[in-house]
Amino acid sequence: MKAPLKRSNAPIFWALFGAGGMLSALLGPMLVFITGLAVPLGLLLPADTMSYPKMLAFAQNFIGKGFIFAIIALFLWHAAHRIFHSLHDIGIHAGTGAKLLCYGSAMLGTLIAAYALLAIGF
Amino acid sequence: MSDMQKTIEIEVLRYHPEKDKEPHRQVFEVPFTDDMSVLQGVQYIKDYLDGSLSFRWSCRMAICGSCGMMINGIPNLSCQTFLRDYYPARVRVEALAHFPIERDLVINMEGFIEKLESIQPYIIPKEERTLAQGEYLQTPEQLNAYEQFSSCINCLLCYAACPQFGLNSSFIGPAATALLHRYNVDSRDGGKAERMELINSEEGVFNCTAVGYCSEVCPKHVDPANAVNQNKTNSAADYFLRFLAPKGGAK
Ligand code: SF4
Ligand code: FES
Repeated sequence: MKAPLKRSNAPIFWALFGAGGMLSALLGPMLVFITGLAVPLGLLLPADTMSYPKMLAFAQNFIGKGFIFAIIALFLWHAAHRIFHSLHDIGIHAGTGAKLLCYGSAMLGTLIAAYALLAIGF
Repeated sequence: MSDMQKTIEIEVLRYHPEKDKEPHRQVFEVPFTDDMSVLQGVQYIKDYLDGSLSFRWSCRMAICGSCGMMINGIPNLSCQTFLRDYYPARVRVEALAHFPIERDLVINMEGFIEKLESIQPYIIPKEERTLAQGEYLQTPEQLNAYEQFSSCINCLLCYAACPQFGLNSSFIGPAATALLHRYNVDSRDGGKAERMELINSEEGVFNCTAVGYCSEVCPKHVDPANAVNQNKTNSAADYFLRFLAPKGGAK
């Protein structure tokens, strides 16, 4: 008989991956447009949309904090999972090391984001 | 043979474990007509050119699922693939990818048979019923829920297409998951909790990275990728909600 089945903990990573994928699909293009095109080129939006005081106020607001945290953390977990699984496709048969590196950097990014958002105050 | 007789080159991956250290290629010149399948091509080789060539087949009509091969690198049923579609180029036939080769085009499918047994591919009744209670009735919707997943012919093309199975052969894989799902969503069945343990396990659905090639190559439109993905959702829900529900097959 085969070894007894061991429950996989993949749903945790899969759920973070799925949430990040959903969020990036919904908001990613808009964020790229606002932060990468509209604001720097002065299109559509007022020139001071992303000025320091405004962004600071945004990051100090509860909802703003939550938004920034979700965007950074979930995008990172999505990317980590996708990169880890894509390594196979480019011929790198990733083991524990690559797993630690991918998910570890997402974890690190999440912690840094959380720390920075808390440090910036309310 | 008339002057009009066309011939096509068929390149076959040969392997006889008792004398070959590793598989090697052999090219045969095969006369063919437009109605000849790749299977008929290899049958010609066996009948007239080299009787030692081994391969599986039975129905010749895409029903039995035994004639799967890699044809020019793509998993396909050789009985429903036609030589005329490759002519005048050479056709390359190999044993299905990701399986150990038993001999020439014959793969060892023991691993799959074990998986098939492990999913309990039969209805596990919800409760004891007496004959007097009569047959089970199903609505068209209840039939619809599982019918597509019940058309699998175990041809294993989907396993040859699945890169994740190629990397980890303990992955339960597309067809077994589709068949497992077929019983889980059958209104007569009560074995879901037991089968979910397999879905949730390290051999289960999370090996899949949503490539989808399995469904593309499936000759029976089973759409195993769909079954796998539905069960990722089921499994994730079970993973997070198992603490709320007292029963459930969680470990
Ligand atoms: S799911 Fe399709 S490709 Fe896979 S074994 Fe069944 S019939 Fe063949
Ligand atoms: S011989 Fe039966 S499916 Fe091809």
